Amino acid sequence: MATFVQLTVTGLSNGAILALAALGFVLIYKSSSVINFAQGQFLLIGAYVVWALTVEAKLHWAVAVLGAVLVAIALGIVVERLILRPLVGQPIISVIMVTIGLSQVLGALVLIIWGTTPRAFPEFIPSSSVDLLGAQVGASRLWALGLVAVALVAFALFFTRSRHGIAMRAVADDQQAALAMGISVRRVFALAWALAGVSAVVGGVLLANLVGVSGEISGFGLLVFPVVILGGLDSVLGAVVGGALIGLLTAYTGGYVGGGLETVIPYVALVLILLVKPYGLFGQVRIERV
Amino acid sequence: MAATTTGVYHTTYRADLALRHTKTEYVRLALALAVVVGLPFVASPYWLTVLNQIGIAIVGAIGLNILVGYTGQISLGQGGFLAVGAYTAGMVATKTGASPLLGILAAVLVTAAVGTFFGLPALRLKGLYLAIATLASQQIIIWVVTHWEFVTGGVDALVLEPVTIFGWTITGDREWYWVIAAFAGLATVVGTNLFRTGVGRAFVAIRDQDIAAEVIGVNPARYKLLAFAVSSGFVGLAGALTAYWTQILTWERFTLDVSILYLAMIIVGGLGSISGAVYGAAFIIALPAYLQQLSLRFQGDSFFVRNLPALQLLIFGATIVLFLVFEPKGMARIWQRMKDYFRLWPFRY
Repeated sequence: MATFVQLTVTGLSNGAILALAALGFVLIYKSSSVINFAQGQFLLIGAYVVWALTVEAKLHWAVAVLGAVLVAIALGIVVERLILRPLVGQPIISVIMVTIGLSQVLGALVLIIWGTTPRAFPEFIPSSSVDLLGAQVGASRLWALGLVAVALVAFALFFTRSRHGIAMRAVADDQQAALAMGISVRRVFALAWALAGVSAVVGGVLLANLVGVSGEISGFGLLVFPVVILGGLDSVLGAVVGGALIGLLTAYTGGYVGGGLETVIPYVALVLILLVKPYGLFGQVRIERV
Repeated sequence: MAATTTGVYHTTYRADLALRHTKTEYVRLALALAVVVGLPFVASPYWLTVLNQIGIAIVGAIGLNILVGYTGQISLGQGGFLAVGAYTAGMVATKTGASPLLGILAAVLVTAAVGTFFGLPALRLKGLYLAIATLASQQIIIWVVTHWEFVTGGVDALVLEPVTIFGWTITGDREWYWVIAAFAGLATVVGTNLFRTGVGRAFVAIRDQDIAAEVIGVNPARYKLLAFAVSSGFVGLAGALTAYWTQILTWERFTLDVSILYLAMIIVGGLGSISGAVYGAAFIIALPAYLQQLSLRFQGDSFFVRNLPALQLLIFGATIVLFLVFEPKGMARIWQRMKDYFRLWPFRY
């Protein structure tokens, strides 16, 4: 029982962070049909900027997170404007490769600025362990769960209540109709990249808190793919459910089966989902028969 | 008269199908062959190694271009397929001691079979979804390589004996150069001719419009799988050559980064172009090698030397991004434009 609780908390907290990263991914895909392979590097940059601002510039952590959010917004907008705008209407391989190229550039910049040494993340989220149903679980994991829940509710409110959020959904639904209603599609694209940057900062900080600041974080970014495929590439709800499921699957496989199987099981699941239900649990089904 | 000739016109199907239409193209072929034959005599040992890497990359890049550039099926599984080829050849060599020719044949066939298997999702998926499915196959293959110790030796390196064919033990980069150049040449010839056949044209039809292709009688399922098989066959050959040439195999050689490297080659060179694959392979392999040579000139602890791996990565990524933004059709298109410029001179078009 204790193992089960521990694995569940580990799985759910990893899954929650994955969900946050996947959310940024889905936002971009939904509004502009661009798949962002640089999401892992966005996480990495978010974590490093917060680390640099708190440890090197000795700022309060709240100021540091705010600073990182601003950096991420700027980065998102610059990337959208300079790199993805010229590729509108290009074949899908170009769009995929340009974000892969971007991920290499961002990864290299991080290496040049901060090097390869892993850094300990400043402890502004307590790392003591808590007793939960007879199991010892890290408080930081519970904090991660709680913070992600708050972030997801905030995003949900943004999409249902604010004008910009509703405009984004309109563009995702039908670009031409949205244009006809006077929504600036360009501004929505920029907003989607900016928000993806913000979700990556929060995800990166939570992840760095669990595993420290190192290149490992960007590897975590690849796990976003099983999540979004399971949930559906264009579904926000799918990102959340998919994140939780993939997190739990990985944790249980690691705990009960072991043997390194947990590193590959998300991808096996990914292939199976693609073969059985290609558009995921909540994705929009496009029927085209060839 | 000659000044106003603005194109090459064909009056027979035979002339239209010819690989080389003008005398100039024969001259160019002769020059290219002269360069290939002459290079090992002028290259330093360092560049000879790089040339061999380029030769192997040409075989792999042509394979990937058949799948991605000509058939339009995006694959992020290149690294995994290279691993299948390399480890098949490696195991044939270490466990049975059979002839390397047999090892190469086995590598080509096994990789083609594995490629076809991982191509199965392509029957239902397109574009993004297929890219992600092949990403998963990459991760799965590497996991199998590192975890099935009884087959591959796991994370330990697999060490091969030097290769002997017909009593000739191939030693040193210079002797290997001829072997690799021969295979690269073979791959180029086969690749070029493939697209003069019905199969090759069916691939192109699927890329251009899959529904229309089916309407004119191209079976998409069959030809998509065939494209995966043919492409993986080339990649298996590249993997086998890597195994025999380096004589030491580790899984780190075949990660997702390698898949990205090969995709970069065909993007930079030119999608859907055999010569593009050759240019791209040469450029992408030679660029970091050149940067490393350049760093030797900087003495001591300069910024350039300290950050060499990061700078190589930065320039590599920037190359991909800049090519896609400014010349999405790659170096093959740049070459075409240069030819047009001189042919039409002094007119713009």
